[in-house]
Amino acid sequence: MLFFQSLISGILTGGIYALAAMGMSLVFGVMNISNFAHGDLMMLGMYMAYYLFTLLNIDPFLSLVLIMPAAFVFGYAIEKTMINRVIGHPSENQILLTVGLGLIMGNTALLAFTSDPKILTTSYSSSSFNLPGDISVSIPMLLSFLVTCLLTAVLYLFLSTTRTGMALRATSQNREAAQLMGIDVSRMSAIAFGIGTLLAASAGALIAQTYYIDPFAGHTFLLKSFTICVLGGLGSVIGAGVGGIVIGVVEAMSAAYLSSEWKDVVVFVLFLAILLLRPRGLFGRKGEQ
Amino acid sequence: MLEIRNLNAGYGEMPVLKSVSLSVSKGEILSIVGSNGAGKSTLLKSISGVVRASGSMDFLGAPIVDLKPHEIVRRGIVHVPEGRKIFPELTVSENLRMGAFLNPQHYRSRIEMVFDLFPRLAERPNQLGGTMSGGEQQMLAIARGLMGDPKLLMLDEPSLGLSPLYAETVFRSIGEINRNGVTVLLVEQNVFLSLSISNRGYVIETGSVVLTGSGQELLENPQVKKAFLGM
Repeated sequence: MLFFQSLISGILTGGIYALAAMGMSLVFGVMNISNFAHGDLMMLGMYMAYYLFTLLNIDPFLSLVLIMPAAFVFGYAIEKTMINRVIGHPSENQILLTVGLGLIMGNTALLAFTSDPKILTTSYSSSSFNLPGDISVSIPMLLSFLVTCLLTAVLYLFLSTTRTGMALRATSQNREAAQLMGIDVSRMSAIAFGIGTLLAASAGALIAQTYYIDPFAGHTFLLKSFTICVLGGLGSVIGAGVGGIVIGVVEAMSAAYLSSEWKDVVVFVLFLAILLLRPRGLFGRKGEQ
Repeated sequence: MLEIRNLNAGYGEMPVLKSVSLSVSKGEILSIVGSNGAGKSTLLKSISGVVRASGSMDFLGAPIVDLKPHEIVRRGIVHVPEGRKIFPELTVSENLRMGAFLNPQHYRSRIEMVFDLFPRLAERPNQLGGTMSGGEQQMLAIARGLMGDPKLLMLDEPSLGLSPLYAETVFRSIGEINRNGVTVLLVEQNVFLSLSISNRGYVIETGSVVLTGSGQELLENPQVKKAFLGM
């Protein structure tokens, strides 16, 4: 039963990882930028959910309706004012900029919210139900997972059927050719970063009841998102989705059968193994670095 | 139609085009020939706005030199880049849809025209662009450019890497496109093929225009014969 219990909780946690990683992968694909502020954007989502709940008593799942547009606008604005200046420039500049943005966000949160971890507790935070065989399923994690599935489906439909979605994919596959089609690629970058921020903040809001909320809570997720993006193939949104679930399950299994201290080790050994054996990832494009 | 005067362009500190002046008239096929590194591709990239340029560039009487690439496409100049640059993970029909990005309302009528011209593409609308052969990709790239309903179509090395048979097919299509009323600006390694179908041509050397004349005149010019035709 330990196996199925770990499998279920791994999949549920993996869904959140997937959501965060998909945002990072979309940004990487369209803009060719590794966003080191991604974890901090997730942290902002956690705090937004926390304060909307404690101050205004809005349920964290409902508050997504407010958090998502706010995060999109915030991401869009950051891209338009700052990130667009480093697109196509050496990656050192991009890393300095996004790491710097992350530091500013983290430390501003530290000033504003202090380093005391916050806990978001709703009436159903610790409730769960049992599947046959004594497998317990946490209600908030299950809800988070369902919302993640919904967001993923919407993102998929957006990218595959809408004109803007297709233009985002075209920009990600060949930026110069996309320009020559009449696509405003700098606008596409801003939209991609807006969506990336939206996904990061949503992931933050969705785990706000499960994890401690502190100004640097996003950092573990930053590393995981990178691992997942590499596993799934950098720039592949589907790959990030699948990769997230894989990493979630691998973590849960190693926590169950080795020990919870070892789960990060297992994840990073997996990361190195992918880099060595299949550097383009599960769904990566051929011939890309 | 397109009037270029004293155009300078380059990458970083390195100048590539030095005071280039040329003009394209409505309805013609115009060839730019020159050896590797002469600046032919840079010229096309400056016109489409991918490379920043200074000088004067007027299209249909309006200046375009400071416009962004997507604004230049909107004016009716479409650039089919060297190396095809199709979207490898989009299907043939999605690639064509992207070609019609700015005028999706004309998608249906354009695609009929394009499929007429390249029946091979009509046979496989759902194939991923990246899985097609080089020649098919070149057709797709030209077809994608035509979807944008260009007034001026710029083709960069359309026969590069193609078998002679395919190259001839592509050139026949270029002639047909031109007869349908599209002005064509052609950059091509295969000087003989391109000058034979061109009304006029310019010879570029190290970033400057050194010779101009009708396609026939250039083909008979001793310098051109010696430098490009090996005669």
